[in-house]
Amino acid sequence: MARIIVVTSGKGGVGKTTTSAAIAMGLAKRGHKTAVIDFDVGLRNLDLIMGCERRVVYDFVNVINGEAGLNQALIRDKNCDQLYILPASQTRDKDALSQEGVGRILDELKKDFKYIVCDSPAGIEKGAHLAMYFADDAFIVTNPEVSSVRDSDRMLGILSSKSRRAEQNEEPIKEYLLLSRYSPDRVKLGEMLSVNDVQEILSLHLLGVIPESKSVLNASNSGIPVILDEKSDAGQAYADIIARYLGEDRPHRFIDEKKGLFGKLFRSR
Amino acid sequence: MSLLDYFRTSKASSASLAKERLQILVAHERSSRNQPSYLPQLQKELLEVIRKYVNVGQDAISVNFEQNDTQETLELNIVLPDHQTKAP
Repeated sequence: MARIIVVTSGKGGVGKTTTSAAIAMGLAKRGHKTAVIDFDVGLRNLDLIMGCERRVVYDFVNVINGEAGLNQALIRDKNCDQLYILPASQTRDKDALSQEGVGRILDELKKDFKYIVCDSPAGIEKGAHLAMYFADDAFIVTNPEVSSVRDSDRMLGILSSKSRRAEQNEEPIKEYLLLSRYSPDRVKLGEMLSVNDVQEILSLHLLGVIPESKSVLNASNSGIPVILDEKSDAGQAYADIIARYLGEDRPHRFIDEKKGLFGKLFRSR
Repeated sequence: MSLLDYFRTSKASSASLAKERLQILVAHERSSRNQPSYLPQLQKELLEVIRKYVNVGQDAISVNFEQNDTQETLELNIVLPDHQTKAP
């Protein structure tokens, strides 16, 4: 059975597209045929993060309108042949996506793919609504920061009342917390909300913590999902997240502060 | 306050302040999320009716909706002024 995952947050700039690219690549690398769809109509960016911006010919809206077939629009990833990208349209027409159209394309993708990752735009407008509407699982990307936590909670409310599963009284969407841009050092100093604080407020199952990391910008600069940077902390954090999502038991990492040289010398047991 | 005290007093960290503010806000927003959508309109119309007879301010009325497993309660609270004067 195919599963539809929405990567959402409410707030912008928290790492939805970075996360979508990373988890789609992670699932595909594990051998699961995966499609990742950019729902941010008008502000397409997933193609850039995935490094396929120069190979976009047709987009999501073209497929919905019947101007191109799915196979024409899907871009096969250059690093992994199990991964396909469906880019967003750059049209300024707000109503380019329709619920019926999105549902039809997702049904078609479900026949062929194991996982379909929907990269939601920020906000709670139509694009964000359609990205989460058909979802089976929701990855809530949250930064340890007040406005992000609040918006995540708002998104949880929408998932539990406005999704297809909610409307049809089916089993609710499974919701997972991905806490990104985390700085254990600042948490220690009392300058940043801790994992436990955020979990307590949102009461969500924690799928993983992604530390604040230089590797994320390096990855987006070069158009390679950060999960492929296997030496980086953020890359490893996403690899753990994929493992946990697939049911493997992985202890949480990147929650405690890194010990400096002096810390290592004097504090280690 | 001596210099030593200055170092000793630990200010409440900004993270705990953030947590406290969020807990209050999120609880409030969750409770209003489950309210029926007609509630604000109901509150507005009730206020209009009451103001026909009693001179009360905008915030003199509060409508609370509570829900538990068995029942839904609509609680209406109107604060009347000390000297009831008829509205003009």
